[in-house]
Amino acid sequence: MTAISVRRPKPLALPTKRTAFGKIVLNEARLALRQPQGLIGGLAIPVVLLFVFNAITPFKQPSADLGGLTAFGIYVPILVAFSLAMLALFNLPVPLASYRELGILRRLSTTPVPPSWLLAAQGVINVAVAAAATGILIGGGIALGAPVPKNPAGLAVTLVLTIAALFPIGLMVASVARSANTAGIIGRVVFFPLIFLAGLWWPRELMPTGLRVLSDASPLGAAVQALQDSVQGQFPPAVPLLVLAAYAVAFGYLAKRCFRWE
Amino acid sequence: MTTDTAEITGAGPSPGTTPSTRTRPAVEITHLRKAYGTLVAVDDVSLAVAEGEIFGILGPNGAGKTTTVECAIGLRSPDSGTIRLMGLDPQTQQDEVHQIVGVQLQQGALPPKLRVGEILDMYRSFYRHPADVGELASALGLAAKKTDYYRSLSGGQRQRLSVALALIGQPKIAVLDEMTTGLDPQARRDAWELIEHIRDRGVTIVLVTHFMEEAERLCNRVALIDDGKIVALDTPANLAARARGGKTVRFLPDVPFDNRLLTELPEVTQVECQGQHVIVTGAGELVNAVLLTLAAAGVTARDVQLDSSSLEDAFVKLTGKHLSKEGQPS
Repeated sequence: MTAISVRRPKPLALPTKRTAFGKIVLNEARLALRQPQGLIGGLAIPVVLLFVFNAITPFKQPSADLGGLTAFGIYVPILVAFSLAMLALFNLPVPLASYRELGILRRLSTTPVPPSWLLAAQGVINVAVAAAATGILIGGGIALGAPVPKNPAGLAVTLVLTIAALFPIGLMVASVARSANTAGIIGRVVFFPLIFLAGLWWPRELMPTGLRVLSDASPLGAAVQALQDSVQGQFPPAVPLLVLAAYAVAFGYLAKRCFRWE
Repeated sequence: MTTDTAEITGAGPSPGTTPSTRTRPAVEITHLRKAYGTLVAVDDVSLAVAEGEIFGILGPNGAGKTTTVECAIGLRSPDSGTIRLMGLDPQTQQDEVHQIVGVQLQQGALPPKLRVGEILDMYRSFYRHPADVGELASALGLAAKKTDYYRSLSGGQRQRLSVALALIGQPKIAVLDEMTTGLDPQARRDAWELIEHIRDRGVTIVLVTHFMEEAERLCNRVALIDDGKIVALDTPANLAARARGGKTVRFLPDVPFDNRLLTELPEVTQVECQGQHVIVTGAGELVNAVLLTLAAAGVTARDVQLDSSSLEDAFVKLTGKHLSKEGQPS
C-alpha cells in the first residue's frame, strides 16, 4: 500500500516538471534581455568588431605572412572565440554568482525544483546565444568577404568542444567568486590573457614560437586553430581538439566538485 | 490504515512512524544535534509542533535557531536525531517534503529585473497542487504589483512576496525565518495579521524570530533557544511572566513624592529612582493602580513607559536564573 501510494503521483509530476523548467528558462531569457551586459559582450561587441575590421582596408589584402589569407578572414574565427569566451566567462558565471549571493539558489533548494535547474537554464540560454552569435559572425564574415568554411563538420565539432571547454571554466569562475562583482572581475582576469593567446591583438600566425606553443595549449588558441583549419577545408587535427577536450574534462570535474550552492 | 495518512496526498507513512498515533505532530524533532567542526550549533533539541499551531523559535543571533530550522527542512543533514514533517523524513523523502513545506528563508532576495507576476508564475509551476496566483497575490496585497519589477518593491512588499512564494505550493507547514526583521512597525503589524490569516487557513506555522513582542502576539507556544539548547519551552505569557518577574512602569513625576505612596499598593513589589525617573515593578493592574494613586495625590506622571521587555531582557533573566535548571534535556 505504501509503495503504491508513494509512487502514484510521480507520473503526474513529470509534465509539471517540464513546465517548470520551461518557466525557469523563460525568466532567465527575460533577465538576459533586460540586463543586456552579457549580450553586449557576447554578441554586440564581436559583431561591431567584425564591421570595424572589415572597414580597415589593409585587412582585406591577402598577406604572405598570413599564408595568403586576409587579416579579415583570420579575424572571423578569433571573433567567434571572443564571443564564446565572453559568454562562458561573464554571461554564465555572473548571474549564477549573483543568484547565490541573493539567496536564490538557497530558496530553490527548499522547493521541489533543485537549484541545479537554474544552472541548466543558464546553460540553455548561453548555448542559444552562442549559436546565434557564431551564426551571425560566420554568416556576416562570409557576406563581407571572408572565406566560406569548407569543412562544416569540423566547424561543428570544434564549436561543440570549445563550448564544452569554456563553460566549465566559467562555472569555476562562479565557484571561486563570492559575489557577482568578484565573478565579473575574475572573468575579466581570465578573459584577457585567453583572448590575447587567441590572437586578437597579435595573430597566432605572427607569434614567436614560444608564445605560439602557449597559444596552442590554451583553450582559445586551440579553438582558433581548429576553427581556422575547418574554414580552410580540412578536418582539424587531433591536437587542438584534444586540448579542448582536456580542458572540458578537467574543468568539468573541478566545477562539479567546487561549485557552491550557498 | 489510519485516517491521518490520508491527509498527505500520495504519501504513505514512513517506516519509522507509528501509524497508531492519531494526533501526530506536524513537526517532530527529537534529540537533534548539529556541529560545524568543533562548534556545536544545535545540541540535543527536541520539540513537537501540533497541527494548526503557530510555534515560535526565539533566541539571539547565533543561538542555533536557523540551524535547527535548516535541519528541519532538510537543507542540512543533522549529525544525529530524527526529524519528521507530517511523518516524512526530510533527508530521505525530500520530494514529498518540498511539496508540503513552504519556506521563507532569512535574507532571500530575487532577481531585481523580474516582475512579481513572472516570479509567482514560475514558482507556481514547481508544485503539484499550487495556489491560485491571483488569489494569493490579493491576499498578500500584491495584486496591484504584479507587473512591477522586484527591485521597485518596498521592503514590506518584498517580504510579502517572499511569504507568497512560501505559500504558493499550498503547504501544510510554513516555516518563516525572521520574516519581520527590517520592517517598519506598520509593515510588521500587517505581517502579523497575515500570519494569523495563514494559520486560519489551517497551515501549521513555525516562526523564527528574535522579537519577544512578535512571539507574544502570535505564537501558541515558544521555544527559547540559546547556545544550541532549548532553555525554555512554554506559552509566551508564561515565558514573559517568568522572564520579567512582573511588569514595570517608568515615569517622570512633575513633583517629588514619597515612595511609600506606591510601595503600599498591593500591585507594587518595588520602587526605584533612576535620575528623575521612577521605575515601579509589580503585577496585576499595575499601571492603573500607579497612575490613579499618583493622580489622587496630586502628582502628574509624565513620559509614562510600560515595560517593553525585549527578548534580550527575557533571555538574560531566563538564562541567568534558570539555565542550570532549564538547560537539562527534558
